[in-house]
Amino acid sequence: MYTQALNTAETDDRGLEDAAKDAAKAAQFQARIDAEERIEPNDWMPAAYRKTLTRQISQHAHSEIVGMLPEGNWITRAPTLRRKAALLAKVQDECGHGLYLYAAAETLGSSREELVDAMLAGKAKYSSIFNYPTLTWADIGTIGWLVDGAAIMNQIPLCRCSYGPYARAMIRVCKEESFHQRQGYEIMLTLCRGSDEQKAMAQDALDRWWWPVLMMFGPPDATSQHSDTSTKWKIKRFSNDELRQKFVDATVPQAQYLGLTIPDPGMTQDADGHWRYSEIDWTEFKQVLAGNGPCNRDRMAARRKAHDEGAWVREAATAYAAKRARRQTAQAAE
Amino acid sequence: MSSANIQVSETPLVLYALRRADDALILGHRLSEWCGHAPMLEEDMALSNIALDLIGQARELYTYAAKVEGRDNDEDKLAYLRDVRQYRNLLLVEQPNGDFAQTLVRQFFYSAFADIYWRAMMASRDATLAAVAAKSEKESAYHLRHASEWIVRLGDGTDESHARAQAAIDHLWAFTGEMFAVDDGERALIHAGIAIDPGTLRGHWLTTLSDVVSEATLVLPQNDWMQQGGRYGRHSEHLGHLLSELQSMQRTFPGLTW
Repeated sequence: MYTQALNTAETDDRGLEDAAKDAAKAAQFQARIDAEERIEPNDWMPAAYRKTLTRQISQHAHSEIVGMLPEGNWITRAPTLRRKAALLAKVQDECGHGLYLYAAAETLGSSREELVDAMLAGKAKYSSIFNYPTLTWADIGTIGWLVDGAAIMNQIPLCRCSYGPYARAMIRVCKEESFHQRQGYEIMLTLCRGSDEQKAMAQDALDRWWWPVLMMFGPPDATSQHSDTSTKWKIKRFSNDELRQKFVDATVPQAQYLGLTIPDPGMTQDADGHWRYSEIDWTEFKQVLAGNGPCNRDRMAARRKAHDEGAWVREAATAYAAKRARRQTAQAAE
Repeated sequence: MSSANIQVSETPLVLYALRRADDALILGHRLSEWCGHAPMLEEDMALSNIALDLIGQARELYTYAAKVEGRDNDEDKLAYLRDVRQYRNLLLVEQPNGDFAQTLVRQFFYSAFADIYWRAMMASRDATLAAVAAKSEKESAYHLRHASEWIVRLGDGTDESHARAQAAIDHLWAFTGEMFAVDDGERALIHAGIAIDPGTLRGHWLTTLSDVVSEATLVLPQNDWMQQGGRYGRHSEHLGHLLSELQSMQRTFPGLTW
C-alpha cells in the first residue's frame, strides 16, 4: 500500500565513495538518469543506488504485507456480503502488491527471505500508518479514502522512478490503489448519507486517522536527511512537504462533500487556494517509528506468528520438491 | 432490517439453494480467516481467491433462494439474520481452520465433491442452478487442483507434515458422509431433474480421494461412522461463534445501509 521516506544519511556517504571509485561509470550512470532513461537490473549502478532502492522497495513491500492486518481485521465482520467480498479482494490486492514489490527488490540482488527476515527481526521498517488500530467499520472506509489516497499521491511520481522494475510495478499498483481509494470513499459516502450513528462513526474515524495519514509523507523537508541523493537519482521527484500539501488540497473538498470536519481547527485556505494545516505532532511520529505506536507489537507478533507457524508448511513444500526432483532424475537415468 | 432472526419459508427448492449457499458462505468465511496469516504470501493469495469464489457462489444462491421464496428476504438477510439453528450447511465446512493441513484437507474433501457435483448440476432443469453450476464447476476444478497438490506435498513432504495431514484426514473424515445424504424434499427435486442425486457421485469422489491420498503416501480411514445434522440446523459448537462474528454489524446496528 505505501512507501514512506525513512532512509538514513548513511546512503549519501556511500554514494560519494562509490562515485570516487568509479567516476566514469558514475558519470555515465547519472547521464542516463538525467536523460530519463530507465535503469534495468543488469545495468551498472552505484552500490548506494542499489542499497537505497533495495531499502525503499522492501520497506514498501513490508508495508503492503503488514497493511493487510488492520484491514484484514474486518474481513470476517464486514456488514454485507458485497462489502465482505470487496474487502477480501482489496486485502488480497495488497498481498499481490507485496509480491510484485519483493520481486522488484529481488532484481537488485536480495532474496525475499532475507528481506522478510530483516522485517521480522525489526531491522527493516514499514509504514507507520499500519500501527494504528481499526476499531469500527468506518476505519475501513477511511483507510481506503485517506491511506490509499496518500499512497497514490506518493506513488504516482514513482511510476517515473529511474529504476525500471520499480516504476513498472508502481504503474500496476497505482491502478489498483485508485480503485481502492474510490471504494473507500464510497463506504464513507454511504455512512455519511446514513443514520446519525453512522455519520458519527465516519467523523470519529476521520478524527483518529487524519494526523497519522499526514505523517505518512515522512518528516518535514527542513529535517529530512536523505532527499538530495534520491532526487538526483530520480527516485524521488517531489519533497515530503510538497506531496503532503497536494494531498491536503485534494482531500479537503472531499471531506466537505461528505459533510465531515477535518480535525484541525487552525486550518486555513491561503490566497493561492492551498489549505494550510497546523503543526504536525512529530513526537508521535517518532514514537510510532520507534516501536511505540498503539499496534506495533501486535503487528509484528501477527507476522512472526504466521511465519513461525507456517515454517513446517514451507519445509514440507521444499522437501517434497527435492524428493520429486530426485525421482525425476532417477527416472531419467533409467 | 431489524436485528431479529428472519423467518424463511423453506420449500424444497428454497431449502436446496439455501443449503448450498450456506456451504459456500461458511467455507468462504473460514478461508478468509487466513488472509494475512497464511504460511506464505502465495497462500494468502490462493486461499483468499478461493474464499472469494465461494462467497460469490453463496451470493448467487442466496439471491436465488430469496427470489424463489418470494418474500422480502435478500442475500444479506439470509446471511446475517439467521441463527445457528437456521443455518443449513454441512458440518464439514464449519470446522475450524486448525493448522494448514486441516484447512487443506477440509478443502480437499469438499472440493473433490463440489467439482463433480457442480459439473453434474450443469444439466439441471432449473436454469438458474444450471448457470450457477457452470460458473462454480470451473472454480471448483481449480480449488480441487490446489488442494490436491497440497495434500501430496504435505503427505509426501516431511515427517511432521505427513503426521499433520494424516491427523487432519482422520479428524475430518466423519464429516464427509453428509455430502451424499438426501432427504424427501431433495428426492422430489431429483425426480424433477432440478437436482442430482449426490449418492451417485460417491464412487467418483472416493476414487479422486484415493488417488491423491495414495500419491501423498497417506491413508483414508476405515471408520464409516458419519456425523449428521448440519442440513437440519444441528451444528457443532463452532458455528455459533463464527456467526456471532459474521453477523455482529447487522445485529448491532439493525436496519441500516452499509
